[in-house]
Amino acid sequence: MVRLITHNLLACHAKGCTSNNFPLAFSNVQIEIREAEFNPEFLKNFIPKIEWKALVDTARQLGDTSLPLEQPEMIDDDFLKNLHHVLLETHVEEGVMTCPNCKHEYPISNGIPNMLLAEHEIG
Amino acid sequence: MIPTPDLSHLTSSDYEHVYEPAEDTFLLLDALEEHADELKQMAPLTCLEVGSGSGCVSSFIGQILGSSTLYLCTDINTHACRCTRRTGTQNKVPLEVVHTSFAYPFHARLKHSIDIILFNPPYVPTQMEEMSGAQKLRDIEGSWAGGNDGMQVTNKFLELVDDLLSARGRVYLVALKENNIPEIQTRMANRYKLQSTIVLSRRAGREHLSIICFHR
Ligand SMILES: C[S@@+](CC[C@H](N)C(=O)[O-])C[C@H]1O[C@@H](n2cnc3c(N)ncnc32)[C@H](O)[C@@H]1O
Ligand SMILES: [Zn+2]
Repeated sequence: MVRLITHNLLACHAKGCTSNNFPLAFSNVQIEIREAEFNPEFLKNFIPKIEWKALVDTARQLGDTSLPLEQPEMIDDDFLKNLHHVLLETHVEEGVMTCPNCKHEYPISNGIPNMLLAEHEIG
Repeated sequence: MIPTPDLSHLTSSDYEHVYEPAEDTFLLLDALEEHADELKQMAPLTCLEVGSGSGCVSSFIGQILGSSTLYLCTDINTHACRCTRRTGTQNKVPLEVVHTSFAYPFHARLKHSIDIILFNPPYVPTQMEEMSGAQKLRDIEGSWAGGNDGMQVTNKFLELVDDLLSARGRVYLVALKENNIPEIQTRMANRYKLQSTIVLSRRAGREHLSIICFHR
């Protein structure tokens, strides 16, 4: 599963690629929505770990505009429900993730991103 | 008693390419069960299993900790990645699987922020060529071939783990007597100030296995 929560934690790790290597850009994606248990506590605790702009941009790119551009100061239930849906229920099953810096392509198939690099490509 | 995860969807043809849970796996499950109360109290936000194989261990800890934790899994073996995913689904634990060596793609974003790290590594002493060949082939041999002292894959892991572990985090590692556990413990204390305890030890056939738990 590449849920958007995972995508928000993955960066390119090719040799020498150490800046502007996040977020990986999706293309040719197939998305599936699968219900997940709503856990507001988890979401609240996880918010500080999220790169907000990367998440919102990615969600918008995939057609979900439910999240505000700026992280809200007041965290209410509606916001948490939207965040839950984007982070934990949106699965990218097929597609490609491309590094914004070195353009390395990481394919996703059956919901599993292939982030293996050849020995000489590892930083 | 926390039930052993349901693995009934995996068949002998899966186990041709993927490590079938064995005594080492079960010792790790027992160690996690022994620490279940502490782990729940600690309320970890993120749990990473390197080399998740069948997915048995992550599904087990997922049953202990529930939806308050994010479960990340990695494996170099593509068959293992698929089995991990299926085992998560079978046991209703959302396991996020990434096909990679160690946890390289997470270092940039999860520096010092993973609360639980698990690794049952390829720990069997073998010829060095056997280990490096297995790491390249990424099939069943990669689940046991450990090179000199059975430590070549584990050593690499031990160099990387400090960078990922959070201030309150813990690492659970399976090791064999031949891996020289006292040396591992002193090394991690000297280099990274990581303290450690042996949670459980057990003899299984010719193997004398232990679970080491590291923390800051
Ligand atoms: C002893 S098996 C353990 C499998 C499972 N965690 C268990 O306890 O039953 C070791 C696993 O580590 C994986 N592995 C070996 N080298 C690795 C590496 N460099 N990075 C990630 N996984 C690796 C193997 O493919 C295998 O699935
Ligand atoms: Zn890159």
